[in-house]
Amino acid sequence: MLVLVAVAVLAIAAPLRHGHQAEQEVAGRAERADLHAARDAKYAEIRDAEMDYRTGKLSEADWRAMDRQLRREAVDLLHRLDAHEESEPA
Amino acid sequence: MALAGSTCLAAALAICLYGIGASLYGARARRRDFVASGRRAVYALAGMLVVAMGILQMAFVRSDFSFELVSSHSSTTTPLFYRVTAVWSSQEGSLLLWVLLLALWSSAILFLTRRRLREVAPYAAAVLLGFGAFFCALLVFLESPFTTLAAPPAEGAGLNPLLRHPSMMIHPPMLYSGYTLFAVPFAFAVGALITRRLGSEWIRSTRPFTLAAWLFLGMGIMLGARWSYMELGWGGYWAWDPVENASLMPWLTGTAFLHSVMIQEKRGMLKVWNVSLVLATGVLAILGTFLVRSGILESIHAFGASTLGIPFLVLIVVMIGGSIALVASRAERLRSEHRLDSLLSREAAFLLNNLVLVGLCFVVFWGTFFPLISEALTGQEASVGPPWFNRYITPLALVLVLLSGIGPLIAWRRATAANLRRNFAVPTGAAVSVLVALVAVGVTSSLGALLMFSFAAFVFGALGQELWRGVRARRAMSQDSVPAALLALVRRNRRRYGGYLVHAGVAVMFVGVAASSAFQDQRLVELRPGQTERIGDYALTYERPTSRLVAASNGRLERIDLGARLRLRHDDGPVQTLTTFKSYFPSTDPSLGPISRFFEGEATSEVALRAGITQDLWAAVAPDIGRLRPRIDEGDQVFATARELSDDDHEAFLAQALAGLSRSYTDDPPPATFRFIASPLVTWIWLGALLVFAGGATALWPAGARARRPATAAGLARVARELERA
Repeated sequence: MLVLVAVAVLAIAAPLRHGHQAEQEVAGRAERADLHAARDAKYAEIRDAEMDYRTGKLSEADWRAMDRQLRREAVDLLHRLDAHEESEPA
Repeated sequence: MALAGSTCLAAALAICLYGIGASLYGARARRRDFVASGRRAVYALAGMLVVAMGILQMAFVRSDFSFELVSSHSSTTTPLFYRVTAVWSSQEGSLLLWVLLLALWSSAILFLTRRRLREVAPYAAAVLLGFGAFFCALLVFLESPFTTLAAPPAEGAGLNPLLRHPSMMIHPPMLYSGYTLFAVPFAFAVGALITRRLGSEWIRSTRPFTLAAWLFLGMGIMLGARWSYMELGWGGYWAWDPVENASLMPWLTGTAFLHSVMIQEKRGMLKVWNVSLVLATGVLAILGTFLVRSGILESIHAFGASTLGIPFLVLIVVMIGGSIALVASRAERLRSEHRLDSLLSREAAFLLNNLVLVGLCFVVFWGTFFPLISEALTGQEASVGPPWFNRYITPLALVLVLLSGIGPLIAWRRATAANLRRNFAVPTGAAVSVLVALVAVGVTSSLGALLMFSFAAFVFGALGQELWRGVRARRAMSQDSVPAALLALVRRNRRRYGGYLVHAGVAVMFVGVAASSAFQDQRLVELRPGQTERIGDYALTYERPTSRLVAASNGRLERIDLGARLRLRHDDGPVQTLTTFKSYFPSTDPSLGPISRFFEGEATSEVALRAGITQDLWAAVAPDIGRLRPRIDEGDQVFATARELSDDDHEAFLAQALAGLSRSYTDDPPPATFRFIASPLVTWIWLGALLVFAGGATALWPAGARARRPATAAGLARVARELERA
């Protein structure tokens, strides 16, 4: 049992033995992750809208209008992602 | 070994407390080393609890009666499978299982998010370790599974015979997996609220765990229903028992969350609603555990009044208070990004679906806690039973089934009236056709059942139409064969078509519930051998009594089975033979005689079941052992006056006496009481449940690498070019 406890303590303490590493740019990474998630959700929305059109839930006119709007929103997200990545330190 | 187990639990508690501190400090001070150390504390917790569970399992398998838990919940005559699973038949063992599963799922999510959610994950780890600390503290200070006996008995008390059913042994791990998996989105929701990182990332990362929780909890609920139907001897599968309700409530709110979170992902709406739902689900999961542990409500499941009520109550109050405070303080960040575009939209249908699900949860909550509320207010305990629940649940269930067909027919954002008319035509036609056909054949005694059958036909029509149109669209683009197109369609849209399969399964289940509830034929009759009872189109003849002495693997007598052989004839069909019996397990009360203790202990019913796709015929016998009483008393007296016998002689004479007793039952049988139940479409409930689980597994299946490919520069250019052209 002592061996088990010792192994656990060593495993838990291992990161502390490697020295202090401050978390840089956590906020930036988190925002980028949120933008990635939003972009993926937007792509899914574009695919869902097309699926709704092909299965008869949307007329062609409605689908094209919705698709344009969704793609505009997708491009906006991509621009925000690009701007975010450009502003991040190397 | 018991000391080793206790040491593991104490170490686990210490690890939890360290991990909470390390995670919180690492998050506040932005120290990745402390965050990593906190994460490793979760892994170490899981390892320590695996060892603790292993020690307890070994004790059960080896029948080590120096462990108090083993001596009170197992015996040498308990089959190996049930000895292994008897660990969680006790309060202590089930608490250990709960915290072990929590540690394992927590380790999984923290490993998977070790490079993501860097602000949120440390707080989530602290919350998960907080739950771990709570349960470990209970195990260390109040309900230790490693308590030993100074004088171990030679034989244990054995497993409760009611639990000797495979589904009952798998049921707790499934339920607890559901409860503990719901702790994951709860913890990450708390982390997201604390850090104000309220985008979609934490939802996306925890979605598989939320879906898995929903799946496991649902499977646990259905296993419990199956056990009730097969083992409890009353022929039903759901009694609105408090512990049944306790598992249903988080499942209902979890279902609501899985729907409404799609609206947040697509439209940035319902953020307050979603975070409140996931927090409420976590609270309800703990509340369900509280109901079983505290003994606060009478139930066949409860472990009786215990010392755990107050600690659980404190935890629940802290969870509720903390959740409300967090949501209220982050209200500004939880504002919706968009509004509902149209009431004729899938968003509106999902919103209505959510209201119905939460309404169902409220009804179940109120009915479950009404005895407590009544006692607190009036001093008198009142209870509500199945008729009360059915009165409010039935109309809500009807709306829910109908919505499960309507939702797939409506587009996101907005639908036009013309599209709705076109999409609703076939499903509505199916519903009306079924309604007219059923009325024509005279199925009119239950309006609720009639509406449920019609609404289910609507659902099948809607989903069939969706599937057909999807395959047709796929084939138009790819020239695939029908099966290939179907496969490709489902693979590319797992969430959608997995969800459709779940909806179909729910409709099938509710058809089974409606039919078996509304059109069940039940008889309680007393029959002598040779007598026949007709029930529906069946004729059941009590052919003869049966009796059997059953020995365990070590040769000791385990139980006596007294029963009946029945001959079943359906109209002019072939004759079938069914057997039903009652098993009598001996009591461990030393004041009872060696013969009578077999009839004063636990008894279980083994039902005779002829299951079919259209109807189940269920039969259970209650032998009249009153006529055996004089012989039982005589046997006890003989043993009491006999000279001191060796163990082997005692067992041999006992076997002879019991054999003689069981022969006297079969030679001169008294009338036996039978419960016969003819229930239409019960099998549809189990089949529907399988469809639900298959749908959930489909939705949970990870997408291939192709679907996760990030946008390329060419893709970006394409999106932009097409927008310019439009």
